[in-house]
Amino acid sequence: MATFNYQPIEPGRHPNPKINGEDPEVLLGERTASPFERWTQRLWWLAALPMLIFFILPILALFSFSSFGDLLNSLQDPEVHQAIGVSLRTTFFSLLVIIVFGTPLAYLLGRHRFPLHRAADALVSLPTVLPPSTAGVALLLALGRQSAIGGFLANMGLPLSFTGMAVVLAQVFIAAPYFITAAALGFAAVDNELIQAGQLDGANSWQVFRYLVFPIARVAMVSGAVLAWSRALGEFGATIIFAGNFPGRTQTMPMAIYLGFESNLTNAVTLSIILIIISFIALLSVKTLVARTTQP
Amino acid sequence: MNSPKKEYIISAFLIASILIVSACAAPTPMPMAIPTEIPQPAAIPTEACKPQTVNVFAAASLTEAFKEMAPLFQTAEPCAALTFNFGGSQKLSQQLQDGAPADVFASASGKNMDEVKTAGLVAEDGSQIFARNGLAVVVCPKTTFKIEEVKDLAQPGLKLLIAAKEVPVGGYTDQFLEKAAADAALGQSFMDAVKANEVSFEADVKSVLAKVDVCEADAGIVYKSDGFTDKTEGIRYFLIPEALNILAKYPIAVVKTSANPELAQKFVDFVLSARGQQVLEKNGFLKAR
Repeated sequence: MATFNYQPIEPGRHPNPKINGEDPEVLLGERTASPFERWTQRLWWLAALPMLIFFILPILALFSFSSFGDLLNSLQDPEVHQAIGVSLRTTFFSLLVIIVFGTPLAYLLGRHRFPLHRAADALVSLPTVLPPSTAGVALLLALGRQSAIGGFLANMGLPLSFTGMAVVLAQVFIAAPYFITAAALGFAAVDNELIQAGQLDGANSWQVFRYLVFPIARVAMVSGAVLAWSRALGEFGATIIFAGNFPGRTQTMPMAIYLGFESNLTNAVTLSIILIIISFIALLSVKTLVARTTQP
Repeated sequence: MNSPKKEYIISAFLIASILIVSACAAPTPMPMAIPTEIPQPAAIPTEACKPQTVNVFAAASLTEAFKEMAPLFQTAEPCAALTFNFGGSQKLSQQLQDGAPADVFASASGKNMDEVKTAGLVAEDGSQIFARNGLAVVVCPKTTFKIEEVKDLAQPGLKLLIAAKEVPVGGYTDQFLEKAAADAALGQSFMDAVKANEVSFEADVKSVLAKVDVCEADAGIVYKSDGFTDKTEGIRYFLIPEALNILAKYPIAVVKTSANPELAQKFVDFVLSARGQQVLEKNGFLKAR
């Protein structure tokens, strides 16, 4: 299944660019450094430090706000574990919806060129740059009780607004682009010759996806899914507008944090710490996963 | 199959998207604190007279009403230069006790006025009620329910929006429901039915109004002065009857340490005058009576 590489090897050059010292990373870091270069290295560190400290400080402040006992105590608060429950339930369904409905769109964007392809690509990324409150208002107008779809569903006895379904829709709207763009790039990275070889061997469209494209794009898909899930977990602006705030039904962790800030700061801090830990682990595992596969 | 370039592109993208995620995942910024110092254009004395400053410490909810009154008062008293300090009454009372220079104190609650009196900054009988505020029900114009009085809020299936208990008006709404539960005509069953109709506890009164405005809910409970903005055009509303309502009374007083007690008294008189009361009413407050 390996494709042949007909590039002639120049005499004296090794096929692996790293050995020739041509890899950009090798060029930057690993050459024997002169004293001047070592000095500039230190300068880089010095210049980078303020930004790094700026990221660390607020997080340290959160972690040092209350004692471990206080944290455990506020975990007992029904509003706190209700919020955690709602967040976990809704993000689970959001992720499911994102993967099931996002994969076909990502495949289309990644593997096909069609008129307005670039516009569709930009459209998919739009929710990531929109203010979430804009997304919330847009969802309310499109799917709220007064809209055609929302009104129809409400008449069928399936109201969307102020329900867990609305939380899921808000999260999907905001978080799906992270999965779709990552998966589309994963799909785009699959070599066309490989697909052609598969088709020559008689694989149908589904088999091409299942046995050729999917295994190669898997890492990109998993990374995208983890990113989308963490984003859904942190979603606030669109949710509070479209889904409202009802403890145990639509009140997610970010909402409990926002309201808790005004009444019970300890609970807000506890939830913040949980969110930070979960998000950090998620991001770290994505970065590790990507690093492992791109640098074998 | 090895195409390092594409892999670089993927990893570059993923890193970029991770950066975007971390940038966007933060909850939306907290709303700005209510500015305590709102710069007021200095009055231009039309006649030759020395402008005298009147520092007015007023509750944040009075911001619109008092700013509307300022030019009216200054027409009557060309030599007065009004300076406003709007903020939470609690905070203003604290500032007064810390010696902030003030001529008039307009509080949103009797409690904060009493604190200032205890501190000896206002005479025991020096304050007067100049406005009242209470809970009102806003109703979506397109609702299929008939909502004209408090008991209509208990109709099954009605969607009711209230403010979260963390917000002052949400706390008052709770008190109103307790009163209703104790009421002979409404009773516990009314409160239970209303609680079953609550679909969301909104983070602020403005979003209760906005969502009733687009008829996402059938009705909402707000503070009358909050509900009374141009945004409520087309929204029907009614005041909750006084027996059930939580009416906040706003007292106003001249501060003893005032450098301009006469002019300060003139401003208080103006607020209590028919003209001042009209402006307050226009901004959704109930008359002092």
